[in-house]
Amino acid sequence: MGILSEPSQNATTDLLQLTSVSDELEAEIRQVATRIRRRVLKMGEVQGQGYVGQGLGFADALAVVYGYAARSRTGQPEWDGRDRVLLSIGHYAIALYAALAEVGYVAEDDLETYGMDDSRLPMSGMASYTPGMEISGGSLGHGLGIGVGIGLAFRTQRKDNRIFALVSDGELNEGSTWEAAAAAAHHRLGNLVAVVDMNGLQADGPTRDVLGMGPVDAKWRAFGWDVHHVDGNNIRALLEAFSALPAADSDRPTVILCDTVVGKGVPFLESRERNHFMRIDQHEWALANIALAEGSQV
Amino acid sequence: MNTPAPRLTTSAMIASIAEEGQATRKAPFGQALADLADGRTDIVGLSADLAKYTDMHIFRDRHPDRFFQMGMAEQVLLGAAAGMAEEGLVPFASTYSVFATRRAYDFLALDIAEPNLNVNIVGALPGLTTGYGPSHQATEDIAILRGIPGLVIIDPCDAVDIEQAVPAMVAHPGPTYLRLLRGAVPVVLDEYDYTFEMGKAKLLRDGGDVLFISSGLMTMRALEAARRLEADRINVAVLHSPTIKPLDLATIATEVAKGRPVVVLENHSIVGGLTEAIASGLALRKTPVPLHSISLPDAFLDAGALPTLHDRYGLSVTKVMERVKGILA
Ligand SMILES: [Mg+2]
Repeated sequence: MGILSEPSQNATTDLLQLTSVSDELEAEIRQVATRIRRRVLKMGEVQGQGYVGQGLGFADALAVVYGYAARSRTGQPEWDGRDRVLLSIGHYAIALYAALAEVGYVAEDDLETYGMDDSRLPMSGMASYTPGMEISGGSLGHGLGIGVGIGLAFRTQRKDNRIFALVSDGELNEGSTWEAAAAAAHHRLGNLVAVVDMNGLQADGPTRDVLGMGPVDAKWRAFGWDVHHVDGNNIRALLEAFSALPAADSDRPTVILCDTVVGKGVPFLESRERNHFMRIDQHEWALANIALAEGSQV
Repeated sequence: MNTPAPRLTTSAMIASIAEEGQATRKAPFGQALADLADGRTDIVGLSADLAKYTDMHIFRDRHPDRFFQMGMAEQVLLGAAAGMAEEGLVPFASTYSVFATRRAYDFLALDIAEPNLNVNIVGALPGLTTGYGPSHQATEDIAILRGIPGLVIIDPCDAVDIEQAVPAMVAHPGPTYLRLLRGAVPVVLDEYDYTFEMGKAKLLRDGGDVLFISSGLMTMRALEAARRLEADRINVAVLHSPTIKPLDLATIATEVAKGRPVVVLENHSIVGGLTEAIASGLALRKTPVPLHSISLPDAFLDAGALPTLHDRYGLSVTKVMERVKGILA
């Protein structure tokens, strides 16, 4: 292949300069992910239900976002220098609360109130309830557009903060997601990063059956985004992608497409029939915790 | 020999709400916003491919670094405006009323109104102010928006109202929606002892025979009809209520209590607008009154020239006068 050849159409990353990720960092973030999963199980058990499958599946990406990529100060959810993490997928709140505990925005004790009346941790994420919940998600297809506005504001205000918009593959059905994708590229928002949970699942079933979106990488690329497509349950791969992010004042937005497994980390849940709202019986919570502990020792 | 077919005459391009010879000011919204932004660096403007048609181009040309063209994409227009307000900017987002309300409602409700952000939505072509037909006629925009908690709805009468409303919208910490009159906008209220106050209705003239309660361009029609009815020795009071929500029910109730026949005039569907807001508001205060309504029918309206349509649907000064005489007969 000559030096002038185009990169392969099958390449899964654009302009990715592989930064070497140290074993220490990888181990540290893996522990963060385990703690997030443990908290997700705890909250799920309190309610006897919840979006546990999604929470377990997205835990690794959240560990990298909160443990490595996003600028934050422990216990200071209003610190102006923080990067903004926007949870467009409101029903993933269970996982976000688990991650917010990691940066001290939410106390560990608070997690036990998940989904209860008058709790600061409602089932669907809402900004007015929870410190560190930047936006109210829930009606899907909103987060990326709000991220565009924040990105434009940061540029107007000459701030170098980044925005991480957490969206899902199901949200790619929404036209508003693509309105935002076009706007971000047109306005050259290098400070905007979309992190997509590609778990292949949405409310009515597998995404490929509900509304197949075809080659998702090519769509983002055609909209003018830099695309990284990684195993979203591989900490090292995630760290490599996030460490390659361009400076906030660069001129192209980045999307990190994360292939994830619903229920990841608890083998008997990974193999359970894939369901938007995973059913877990009362006696299974203890088993899930044991399985998680076994898996995370390796 | 072939005789040419008779040509249909059309004046569909007549889209002005100004009467012949009436004093007007050019793009009062754009001018007011650009002027205000000279001293306020937090004010930003956005539009969805309609800057030129919402008078936003005045702001765009004066403050190019603070204008953001979002393209023909109303959902991200409002979503992005919310994001900007989250970071302390004061956005004005302009498009046509039909698109801001019908097309981007979820984004207005959840991204802007629920967090109570200082986002100001500017909708052109409210009610019947275009002859383009239902695609452009926002005859039910107030009905759509009145249900959103905390959203201020402003229906200005003229250039004076618009110029004074803009700083009030910036000063108000929550979201607002302005029913924009654009282009050469009539100047009417300068002849009255009047200043715009958000949430206040103002008595522009008093009269013992009939009480008009009006908003938007219908206040202009109400004032002209009242003036001409003097010749018939009919004395009309005009109460202008430029804020539809929150509605100044206290002032309205005081005027209504004086016992004159009440006519509500609005450039909006009879469903869900000023008439219904007054009717339900007074009823819930346990002081219901019979109301006459000069408003648009609960229907998708015709296309055509604006003067023709205003006559057809009863919004013209002549039709208002006829209606009043009928009520008093
Ligand atoms: Mg999904």
